Amino acid sequence: MRRNRAENDASHIKLTRRAALLGGAQLLFMGGLAARMRYLQVDQADQFRLLAEENRINIRLIPPTRGEIFDRNGVRLAENVPSYRIVIVREDAGDVDMVMERLAQIINIDLDTYERALEEIKRSAPFLPVTIVEDVSWDEVSRVSVNAPALPGISPEVGLTRVYPRGEDFAHVVGRVGRVSQKDLDALEDPDQVLRIPRFHIGKINVEARVEDKLRGTAGTKQVEVNATGRVMRELDRREGQSGADVQLTVDANLQGYVQARLDGESAACIVMDCENGDLAAIASGPSYDPNLFIGGISSKDYNPLLNSKYRPLVNKTVQGTYPPGSTFKMVVAMAALEEGLVGPDETVYCPGHMEVAGRRFHCWKRAGHGWVDLATSLKRSCDVYYYDLALKVGIEKITAMANRFGLGVRHDLELSSVAAGLTPTKAWKRQARSADWVIGDTVNASIGQGFTLASPLQLAVMSARIATGNEIRPRLIKSVDGVEQPSGNAGSLGMNENNLRKMRRAMYQVVNDRRGTAYRSRIIADEFRMAGKTGTSQVRNITAAERARGVTRNRDLPWERRDHALFVSFAPYETPRYAVAVLVEHGGGGSTAAAPIARDVMLQALAGGTPPLEAYPTADRDRIEEQQKKLRALRPPVSLDGEDQA
Amino acid sequence: MSYLEYTVKHTPSGFRKILFLNWPLAILLAAVCGVGFLMLYSVAGGSFSPWAEPQMKRFGVGLVGMIVVAMVPIWLWRNLSGLAFAMALVLLVGVEFFGEQSKGAQRWIDLGFIRLQPSELMKVTLVMFLAAYYDWLPTKKTSRPFWVLLPILIILVPTFLVLRQPDLGTSILLLTAGGGLMFLAGVHWAYFATVIAAAAGLVIAVFQSRGASWQLLNDYQYRRIDTFLNPAVDPLGAGYHITQSKIALGSGGWTGRGFMQGTQSRLNFLPEKHTDFIFTTLAEEFGFVGGISLLGLYALIIIFCVVTAVMNKDRFSSLLTLGIALNFFLFFAVNMSMVMGLAPVVGVPLPLVSYGGSAMLVLLLAFGLVQSAHIHRPRQS
Repeated sequence: MRRNRAENDASHIKLTRRAALLGGAQLLFMGGLAARMRYLQVDQADQFRLLAEENRINIRLIPPTRGEIFDRNGVRLAENVPSYRIVIVREDAGDVDMVMERLAQIINIDLDTYERALEEIKRSAPFLPVTIVEDVSWDEVSRVSVNAPALPGISPEVGLTRVYPRGEDFAHVVGRVGRVSQKDLDALEDPDQVLRIPRFHIGKINVEARVEDKLRGTAGTKQVEVNATGRVMRELDRREGQSGADVQLTVDANLQGYVQARLDGESAACIVMDCENGDLAAIASGPSYDPNLFIGGISSKDYNPLLNSKYRPLVNKTVQGTYPPGSTFKMVVAMAALEEGLVGPDETVYCPGHMEVAGRRFHCWKRAGHGWVDLATSLKRSCDVYYYDLALKVGIEKITAMANRFGLGVRHDLELSSVAAGLTPTKAWKRQARSADWVIGDTVNASIGQGFTLASPLQLAVMSARIATGNEIRPRLIKSVDGVEQPSGNAGSLGMNENNLRKMRRAMYQVVNDRRGTAYRSRIIADEFRMAGKTGTSQVRNITAAERARGVTRNRDLPWERRDHALFVSFAPYETPRYAVAVLVEHGGGGSTAAAPIARDVMLQALAGGTPPLEAYPTADRDRIEEQQKKLRALRPPVSLDGEDQA
Repeated sequence: MSYLEYTVKHTPSGFRKILFLNWPLAILLAAVCGVGFLMLYSVAGGSFSPWAEPQMKRFGVGLVGMIVVAMVPIWLWRNLSGLAFAMALVLLVGVEFFGEQSKGAQRWIDLGFIRLQPSELMKVTLVMFLAAYYDWLPTKKTSRPFWVLLPILIILVPTFLVLRQPDLGTSILLLTAGGGLMFLAGVHWAYFATVIAAAAGLVIAVFQSRGASWQLLNDYQYRRIDTFLNPAVDPLGAGYHITQSKIALGSGGWTGRGFMQGTQSRLNFLPEKHTDFIFTTLAEEFGFVGGISLLGLYALIIIFCVVTAVMNKDRFSSLLTLGIALNFFLFFAVNMSMVMGLAPVVGVPLPLVSYGGSAMLVLLLAFGLVQSAHIHRPRQS
């Protein structure tokens, strides 16, 4: 195929032109590639470098050890104990099904757990350990270890679990921890990253929750280099965290145990408070529950009875429960009158058993009336009519002001969950909350702690302590954090007239120690332990006219839910007050019969620092008391610190 | 400098031909292959196995093959080009029936003594055959419709077969290289304008019809096109590769993170780091300087090819050299555009650098043809 030369030259020139065109286009494109490379590698280099580091470096958290909680004497209330779990690494196991079957023969795994584990193993990366069972016993751990050659990829791992050695005694004080829930995270503004660690525990209620930031500590971190599948290649850096601080409570574990046992069988609450510094020596609420059940997640079999019981074991009645204070409120009214100078010590009122106010008849608890009564007698015999009269003179605003000074209607800052403020009504409050005007009958009701007035047992204990000392005593639950003593609860004098206070204490002394006092049967006869107090019986129902006509007013004829609450507030010793005790028995009937005996036992136990001498009790009671002491000692053998250390 | 010697009267013969090789081109090719060995050594975590060593062996074989091909006179190759094309076509059809599956695509054929990727072979033989066609065709017939239709058929048949494997990347390369050769041969530009306008019209029609009553494709096909064109909408699937690749490139900066210090490739964030995405490793470890150097080597290879082609008075030799250069260009241009996030991810390796036997062997043999064309060029008398 020979072409002539001219044609050949012409076609070659055309080819050269086209080759130049195409070659130029190629170079242009390469220029574009170079520009793109420059844009990525020079202009945006910093941003991509950052992204590459983020890819490469993974920060792992090392969970901190949670601080422990102790009672005032150093008895452990919440501790961390090693717990074992069995984990499997799939890539080391080889035949997962076979290994799992063998494991199931060696230790006890329920079917649910077994299947869940199998599923998780298949889902996770082959090099990540997957937990098969948690909380296995040491016995099972050793069986797994012995059989290790037959169980490739399986190993026991040790972790720490929260344990509450005092069980139900401290459920309402120490509270409990649990797995971090979405709700916990949502509640926090800027959740600590450590909370995202699987199986990390957070305080759920009470001290565990309220002192969470001190107890938790700070997480350590380790920087690891990971590859694209998340496998750790090496550790780059490690920073140790800080363990949580130990917390010491003001509570005495032995006394708490005693009180909790003493309340057994009742739906009741009892507070023992130091009159001088506000230290809470016992905060018992019965019935209680075992917080250890909740740690790994509670089963509905265990949970439903707690939730549905009419005695409400999950509620801490000492601070969450508010009740009409009943006659224990009378000190407030009396003190308000005394401070206003509206009543002389010898001024008397005649009690015919009832009083007409604004066309309505208000009854005294004693239908026959108390006759002529003065201030001391009115308190001693708990005459209602005397206080109706007094309240009308003083007025609700002054009464409420006095109640607040005594610590009622005030939310005390305590490291417990849902501390209630109670209620001390004012005219303004009623207009706002009830859209109704205050009527004089409301004042009359308030004078005997009924009507709108509500107080928690804690507030009643605070009131007793303030009357006993004349100082503004605030409750204190945390004695020290990390060895640092917390400020005392004594905030100085209330600024009340000492003479008036002395009159109140004297009257309260007579309530217990005078033959005609309402709590005479619960007196203490040992001089060094003499107790002063006040009974209260608060209605939870309105007595209908029909009932009054039929005469069905006796408690034991009523269903439990409609019986009166029994209350008792006290302090002792009378001369040099050391403890204030408040007792509430829900639907217990009369304060003198249901609440006062508990208060006496608890007070003596607290004052004696252990089982009190029988000589402190009136002779007639001693046999019964001795029996009871024996029974309670068997229920809660006192622990000594030495024993604790050996355990 | 014998390779640019145009006064030599006679075509060299025997082993003297070696002296007349286009040595700068050979050295450039070896240099690019050397970069490949370095990167394969690096991505294996500082080890010759599993990639660098076999690649070096193949380079040795390919180099020998290149010289052998170069020794054979170019006119012999021209006369064989029809046969070569036919053989490649047969093999391509064979893949359809006897091919081996790999990663969901049927690309390999086992001939007993060698496992071959016929689509690689087709890239060269198609160029050869078209160059021979235009060498044979009288120039004035070049733009006549019948003589234009014929090469179009020659291009479309193998393209269709490769597309069926399915290997979109290679079929695009075949189409573009074939078209490019027709352009070089001097086919009237109006044909190209028509084809480009028609293609653009079709693309616009396909997209315009979306959602309209005369929709041309199914919804799922549109979604596929969406992810193909914009992988960012699927960051953990199709977009993952591109995102990680861009991170690797960008984190390299001016001078890179140092040899074997690239975290993206060393920690497996990069996909296919020894094949299609090997350029990102280079750019991560040697930075902009490293990347632009490799691009420079490639550019020099293209320039050398174009210059020698233009200086060669033999039409077949010119067309063949330019066609192979265009093929080579398309290879790395598509690959680099892909890893830099300029083009969708289609499986095109980086020529002579990526790990892979067929591609390297075929490319070196193709450059053997270029060398042969150079050695046996017509000398002025």
